[in-house]
Amino acid sequence: MATYSTNQFKSGLKIIIDNDPWAVVENEFVKPGKGQAFNRVRIRNLLTGRVIERTFKSGDTVEGADIVEIELQYLYNDGEYWHFMNPTSFEQIQVGPEVMDDAAKWLIGQETCQLTLWNDRPIAVVPPNFVILKIKETDPGLRGDTATGGTKPAIMETGAVVKVPLFVESTDRLKIDTRTGEYVSRA
Amino acid sequence: MTAHSPTQQTDLWRPGATLAALRARAETLRAIRAYFDAAGVLEVETPLLARFSVTDPAIAAVAVPQAGTDSGAARATWFLQTSPEYAMKRLLAAGSGSIYQISKAFRCGESGRRHALEFTLLEWYRLGFDQQALMDDVANLLAHLTGTRNAIRRSYRTMFRDGTGIDPVHASDAELRAAVQRLVPGWDPDALYDRAIWLDLIFSHALAPTLGHDGPEFIFDYPLAQAALARRSPDDADCAARFELFVGGMEIANGYHELTDAAEQRARFAADNARRRQLGLPERDADPRLLAALDYGLPDCAGVALGIDRLLLLLQGRQRLEEVIAFAGERA
Repeated sequence: MATYSTNQFKSGLKIIIDNDPWAVVENEFVKPGKGQAFNRVRIRNLLTGRVIERTFKSGDTVEGADIVEIELQYLYNDGEYWHFMNPTSFEQIQVGPEVMDDAAKWLIGQETCQLTLWNDRPIAVVPPNFVILKIKETDPGLRGDTATGGTKPAIMETGAVVKVPLFVESTDRLKIDTRTGEYVSRA
Repeated sequence: MTAHSPTQQTDLWRPGATLAALRARAETLRAIRAYFDAAGVLEVETPLLARFSVTDPAIAAVAVPQAGTDSGAARATWFLQTSPEYAMKRLLAAGSGSIYQISKAFRCGESGRRHALEFTLLEWYRLGFDQQALMDDVANLLAHLTGTRNAIRRSYRTMFRDGTGIDPVHASDAELRAAVQRLVPGWDPDALYDRAIWLDLIFSHALAPTLGHDGPEFIFDYPLAQAALARRSPDDADCAARFELFVGGMEIANGYHELTDAAEQRARFAADNARRRQLGLPERDADPRLLAALDYGLPDCAGVALGIDRLLLLLQGRQRLEEVIAFAGERA
């Protein structure tokens, strides 16, 4: 893998630090009038999502991370692994629960997800921004109540729990924003 | 996937600065020239492309290979100047009297909100001035440009003690290491044992950003290790007669009561090159013309360089250098 000098650090560059893969978020050049120049860099850990600040001597080099982002179609869960397929090559990849994390609770099948691969191993799964799911269970809808702004919990077919308006019926299909986990509309 | 590009390629022909910013820039340059004309300081010009560069390990010059000559002489590498200091000192030694210059300077690898590879410097020298008299002069120029006079002064040691509780000259390694750990997040002090770098880290990350928020602030008498081209301070034997000016956490000027001792200057150039070897950087020939001028005799003087582009950020209330430079960075 290539190495990168601090003056090549741009937002989005993937690098290895302390054996973990990180993405550069922000890179600021800091230099006293006379003396050593530094790069103050904000980086996001691609395994945990944690963002930290690191200071490098300008000109220091770090190893690049072999990170690939691809779009794959979710197929099914066999009880242990979630299976995805590349829609052009039909190649399949299986992903464990620790990498699926929150993404798992929005998927029923056929969705196109973004997978991040590090050295060809999946390390993150991002579901589509919006999904449409059937309700499995919720209190009966309060007909006509579209104004009070009250909410009730609804259990979706995937097991995810979403706060929905009181007028929603248990037979409704709902559009949900997976980035916030919030109800958007009836579908 | 989303790809962000701050500027579309097709927009790069346009200036990054507004026409109002460029008019204000011209106005400031006129006012600066009026200030020095009134003070009887002579405007000069010196080469941008020169045979010799600087030995300072923290400054990287842009190298420009020259074509070989017809007689088959070896190709020489020349350099874009990183500051007009050496050439201006040769003029001073030749009897120019007090002089000023507004010129471009170039520093490799420097780019950011407040750094540009190519930038504009105002540099001037006053015969018979010392560090304090030159700070007065800088304050007068600022008052001339802004209409307000509110600059304050603190010595580097006082400022460092105020900010960290330790003395930059006498602090033990353990105290300095602890200060780095406390004040500079994301830096492992044991990754690199070097007191000079620890001091630069603490100063540039934790102290400089706090300076000059209640008006312009001069910091003077820097530790000898950071003397650059300044003579020893008459008031503090551990320090050099060097000052910097900060406004709003940003350094905008750096000045010295100039070193005139040629032997001391030779020793500092040699020490710079030793440091370059230690850091794995290319050595730079000590400029023989500057040394010859010092041998001939540099008159007692003080000199300062002020970043015009940064000054314009302050005068115009802007944040990024490309807002005051017509074609900065990618647009050049």
